[in-house]
Formats: sequence, structure tokens, C-alpha cells
Amino acid sequence: MTLVGELSLWVAILMAAWTTTVSWAGGYQRRSDLVFSGERAMYATFAFTMVASIGLWYALFTHDFSLRFVSSYTSRNLPSVYTFSAFWAGQAGSMLFWTLILSGYGALAVLFNRKRLREMMPWVTGTMGLITLFFLLATAFAANPFERLDWVPADGRGLNPQLQNPGMAIHPPMLYFGYVATAVPFAFAIGALITRQLDGEWLAAVRRWSLLSWFFLTIGIVLGMWWAYVELGWSGYWAWDPVENSSLLPWLTGTAFLHSIMIQEKRGMLRKWNVTLVVLTFLLSILGTFITRSGVIESVHAFAQSEVGWWFLGFLIAATILTAMLVSTRLKDMEAKAELESMVSREAAFLYNNLVLVGIAFATLWGTLFPILSEWVQDEKITVGMPFFNSVNTPLGLLLLALTGIGPLIAWRRASTANLKRQFLMPVVMGFVAVAVLMALGMRHFYALVFYGISGFVATTITQEFVKGIGARRRMYQEGLAMASVRLVARNRRRYGGYVVHFGVVVMFAAFAGQFFKKDYAQVELKEGDTYAAVDPWGHTWNFRSEGLSRYNTVNRNVTAISLVVDRDGEPMPPMVAERRQHFDASQNATFEPSTEVAILEMAGQDVYVFFSGMLDADTAILTINFNPLVIWVWIGGIIMAFGGVIVMWPQAERRERGYAAEMAPQHEEVLVGA
Amino acid sequence: MKARSKFLLGGLVVIGTSVVLMGSSVQETAQYFLTPSELANKIDRDPSFVDVGVKISAKVVTGTIERAPDGRSVKFQMADSTTTYNVLYKGVIPDTFTDGVDVVVDGRLDDNGTFQATILLAKCASRYENEPDKYPQSPSYPTGTKPAA
Repeated sequence: MTLVGELSLWVAILMAAWTTTVSWAGGYQRRSDLVFSGERAMYATFAFTMVASIGLWYALFTHDFSLRFVSSYTSRNLPSVYTFSAFWAGQAGSMLFWTLILSGYGALAVLFNRKRLREMMPWVTGTMGLITLFFLLATAFAANPFERLDWVPADGRGLNPQLQNPGMAIHPPMLYFGYVATAVPFAFAIGALITRQLDGEWLAAVRRWSLLSWFFLTIGIVLGMWWAYVELGWSGYWAWDPVENSSLLPWLTGTAFLHSIMIQEKRGMLRKWNVTLVVLTFLLSILGTFITRSGVIESVHAFAQSEVGWWFLGFLIAATILTAMLVSTRLKDMEAKAELESMVSREAAFLYNNLVLVGIAFATLWGTLFPILSEWVQDEKITVGMPFFNSVNTPLGLLLLALTGIGPLIAWRRASTANLKRQFLMPVVMGFVAVAVLMALGMRHFYALVFYGISGFVATTITQEFVKGIGARRRMYQEGLAMASVRLVARNRRRYGGYVVHFGVVVMFAAFAGQFFKKDYAQVELKEGDTYAAVDPWGHTWNFRSEGLSRYNTVNRNVTAISLVVDRDGEPMPPMVAERRQHFDASQNATFEPSTEVAILEMAGQDVYVFFSGMLDADTAILTINFNPLVIWVWIGGIIMAFGGVIVMWPQAERRERGYAAEMAPQHEEVLVGA
Repeated sequence: MKARSKFLLGGLVVIGTSVVLMGSSVQETAQYFLTPSELANKIDRDPSFVDVGVKISAKVVTGTIERAPDGRSVKFQMADSTTTYNVLYKGVIPDTFTDGVDVVVDGRLDDNGTFQATILLAKCASRYENEPDKYPQSPSYPTGTKPAA
């Protein structure tokens, strides 16, 4: 089976080459026989890549340690869920996984559009085929998971303990689903540029795929934050590390696109800009891959230095040049159909939203690439740290948050004073009320107050929209509260799903502001029976009493655990257990350095975070105890955003029947409220 | 003024502010990122460079790690191909820190030539993977069935 998989990889290369060649030729000569052959070859490429992947999974589960990849990432005693996820734990396997998703998306794009966009599809298929071909070649020649060792180890080296975490099992696939999905809108953009069709059905197709990519990137990024928080023991979730940044970049431009495409739909403006954003999003995800895999930028998260990185750099440069050339020959076809009429309009608000999102992306990219740029200019590597990113992106982020409240409520074209007053009076008042209440409660941190003032404003705009919409339905259709709420959202999924996403953003920003209240706490040494007392940022007194250490063996590790009896202001809280782990292989030999397992007590106001940093002597543990304000709301905000994404993406019944055409008809909204 | 020009003006204000912010915070947070030999070179050319905060990327010299018994500080040597420095780091030692790993240390060189590190990042020997080629030699590793060549 492993051999079958290896051979399938090579067959997939042939299939992808065929897809590319005949699709382009078919598009060029307008020969439908070639086009159909190309489409079937796209399905075949996916099928063979799938067989190759099954072959690798088979090798992982049968512990075929003659494969370098299998012996590098697994061992006989690795739990099976992590044997499964070891597929994407290393460079070579993750390349294959990436290719699998890419060819799958290619096949889906062909399947969904087999009766639509006939003129454009050959170019789309050809582009998807070409990108897949590149990934297959890079996998086969630069990072082949089927590479064999010239000897067979008795056991593998096991999976890094930090990757033995449920977050790490799902975070990479989610991120890959998101990264890779940016290739589909890119392929559609190429198709549209070549055929000069940048409207109508094209918009719907691109929007749908961009949304899918946005959805998975959002989940992937939040899961990555969660993994870093629970696994790395530094009690933070975002460090502006190059690898984190490279996942954020396509998310930012993708989010910008999802907003600016609405202006193109409604007003026929921004056509050049939208194509640019689609292309940029794809190129940034390739750049991210290059950064993660080449080792050119120092990062703790990066994969091993590898020649694969240079493949990506070559691809990035070629794709940038070719796309730029293509765009430059099509500028005339992309003239705007309307002009901006007023600064006080939804168009203007969306334009600023785009400006800010791209600005954040630019600043983040600049900071990430700074070591490389400074080496070119000054011949010396200079890095910028977290303060750089925070001081630039915090004000921009706040502006973005404010626009989140303004954009959806302001009228298209030109907002009247009456419109502004009706929509914004209440939210502005509530924003100031939020600030006043917090100041009365003793909050004096300037940035935090700004954060919560704007959060209060945006949350009120969203609530107001729901209240008005539900009220209107109840009056017009005599529906009950629950029915009206469900139908309101179900009949206008894009609009109200978008509000749900925005609400998630507000929750997340409010959680970010929790960082302002964080204090640094000292390390403590606890023997059995010792108690440590600390005051949290909200003024409660906590006592941590050590119940002593326990040592035991389980599955693939030796565990030293400390259990703490915890109370807050004398009131008992759940006990907390932090661990240090020494992993071993099937013959009881130690593998990897000792790792730690943080104990986290999650509460609405803060997380209590206990990190077991070491041992003073055989029965004294050294702990770092932190209080991390509001962290749980980061995860809740992420869940709300993903949920809103599902609402927006969910196909509507009538749309399913009538296809894209219906989606492009003037928005049919049963209740028109507000603007 | 036309709406378009007004928008562009507003855009310029936003962009201008961000550029100013970027410029000023680069100056505040920029740090040299050097290898041990580059640091030695810099000090040769400009002796006052001692005691400047820098980031150094180097490898831990195998066998030089002395962990303090309380696990809160560690002494080791870091090196590239030509230059070696003694390092004293105080703080939480990352799980991945061990002989031969690539480390990034953040700190400054003191007058005695010891690098006082305040941040220690260890990149897992080969990040998140193990090289099977290296471990037939390692004593703790079970001998596999190496085929006769």
C-alpha cells in the first residue's frame, strides 16, 4: 500500500501536467473535448493524490520505519490520534497534505462549475492544475514523505510532545484549508482576466471561495493562539512571531476583499482593487509558506530549514510577475462604473475599512520582513519586536473596530443627516455610557477605556439592527419573538451572519484589552503543605496550597504532577494539577527534553495559569502563577466569528435551486430596515 | 471639494499616521540580530559596542550546559563556526533547550565577556523533528536492523 501511494504521487504529477496542458490548450482553441479532458484529469489528479495520502497514512499506522518521515515523527507507543495527525507534523507530510487539499479544491471547483462559466472554466482548471503540479513536484523532489532510509530503525523517534495536543491535531489542517482555498479565487481571477469577464457569476464564485478561505483561516488562527497559550507555558497567545504573522496576512487581505466586493456588487466600483486583493491574498499565503518553510526568518515555530523554501520563492516571484503582466493588459476592462459620491456613505466607510486592513497587513509584513530588508540595505540584520507591532496595529485596530460599527449602518451613496441621527445616536450614547461606567468602577487605563468605549458603540449598533429587524418582522408577519429572530437571520444570511461575525470581533477586541490589566507575578517554590497567596488584577486574594508531588507512568510518558488546593477569598475553587512530562519510546528510552503541561482555571474574568517550571529539589516544585484577564473571551469571540461565518456561507434554499444567477439578482430582503 | 479627493485626503492622514508610528516604533524596538562572530567583529571595530542590547543566534556548545539546581538559571557556551561566548541566562528555561540546539538569546555582553541573557529561545534541535540519521550513534537509542551494505 505504501508503494502504491508512492507510485500514485508520480501518476498524480502526470495527471496534473495533463490537466494544465489540455485545459490551457482547450481554452485557447475553444475546443470542448480538450476542456472536458482537462476537467476529468483534475478529478484524477485529486484521486491519485488521495491514494498517495492513504499510502502515507498506511505507512504511519503500520509503523513502516524504513520511511524517514515515519521514523522521524512517530513511534510504536504514540496514541493513534497523533499517529494520524503526524501526517502534517513534518515538512514532507504537510506538503503532501497541502497538495491533497489543493487538488480536492480544484476538483470541487470543476464539479460546482461544470455547467456554469463555461468560457472561463478552462483557464480556472488550467491554473488550478498548474498550482497543483507545482506542489506535487515540490513534494516529490524537495520534500518527499516516501523517502527511504538505508536502514530500518526498531522504533521511531516519536512525535514532539508539544505537538501531542488536540489543538495541534486540528490547527494545521484548518489553517491549510484556509491557506489553500485562496488559490481558487486566484484561479478564478486569472480566468476572469483572460476572458475579460469580471462581473456577474464570477463575483459570486470568487466570493464564495474567499469566504470559505476566510472561515478556515479564522478557525486556524484562533486554534493556533489557543495551542500557543495552553502548550507553550508563557501565558500569552500572540507574540507577532513571523509564522503567526504569515497566517494573519492573507486573513487581513481576504477580509478586506469580502468587504470591498460588496461595493463592486452594488455599485460596480473598485474592480481593479478587488482583483488585486484576490491576487494579493494568494501571493501572501505563498509568501507565508515560504517564510515558514525556508528558515530565512528566525522563528521558533518554523519548520526545519529546507530547500522547499526556495521552490516557493521561485513560485512566488514567477506568479507575481506573470499576474502583474496579465493585470496590466486588462486595466481598460476594469474601469469603475460609478464614482464615490460622498464621504458620508457606506462606500467611503468600506474604503476606509479596506485601507485600514491593508495598512495593518502592510505594517505586519514590514515588521516581519524587517530583518531581511535591513540586511539588504545596511548589510546588518535588525529585528523589531512585539512593541513595534503593538504600537502600530493597536490604533489601526481600534479604527477598524469603529468602522465595524459604522459601515453596515450608514446609507449607500450619500447618507442624510436624518439617517445618521436615527442610526448612530443611541450607539454613540452607549459608547460614552460604557466609558463612564468603567471610569466609575475605577478603570483609568486610557487605551482600555478607548477599547471599551468603541466596543460598546459597535455592540449597540449590532443589537439595534437585530431589535429593529425582529420588531419589523413581528409587526408585518405577526410572528413570535423566536420565530421572528430565526427567520430574520435565515432570510438575510449575508447581512445578519455578518453582524454575528462583527459581534465576535467586538468580543475578541474586548478580550485583547484584558492584556492592559495583566500584572507580572513572581515564581514561587512550594513544598508539600506550603501555601502561596496572591492578589489578582480584580482585587481578589487567592491561596494555592501544595498537596505535594505525584509521579507515575502513563501511555508514552513519565509524569511528575503537582496538585494545588485553591481558594479565592476563602471560597474553595476547583483543584489545579500542573505536570512535567518525560516522554519515552516503546523500549523505555527517554525521547525529547522534559515538557510541561500547564494547569489553567478558566473563568469569565480571568484565567489562573500555573506553569510547573522545575524542581528545586526532590520535593519542592517551582511554579509560575499568572492571572490572565479575560482570555476566555478570545476563544468565545473566535467561536462566534466562526459561527457567523457558517451563517453567511450556508446556502439558501432558493439559491440552491436557481444557482449563482439568483445570488446576483438584487438582494431580496423581506424586511428593509435602517438605511 | 469632491468626495474622491476628500477620501484620498483622509486616506493620506491614516497612512501618514501609520508611517510615522512605524518609523518611531522601529527606532524604539529595533535590535541588532547577530551571530557570535559578527558581534566580535563589531566590538573589534567599535569597543563601545559592549553593553548594547542585541539578539544573538548561535548554537549551544555540547557539554557546556550547567543548570542551576533550582532550574531558574543556566550557564552555557554558544558558538558559531569561529567565535564562542559564555552565556548566563536567568529565567524559565524552555522545554526545548538542550545540547547542540540553535538558540536565540536576547541580552548584552558584560565587561567580563559573559553574555547576560534575559530571553532565551531554543529552537528544537531540528525544530519539530528528529533526524533518524543522527541517532544510530546516540547511546540511548535502540539499535535497529541496519542492512548490510
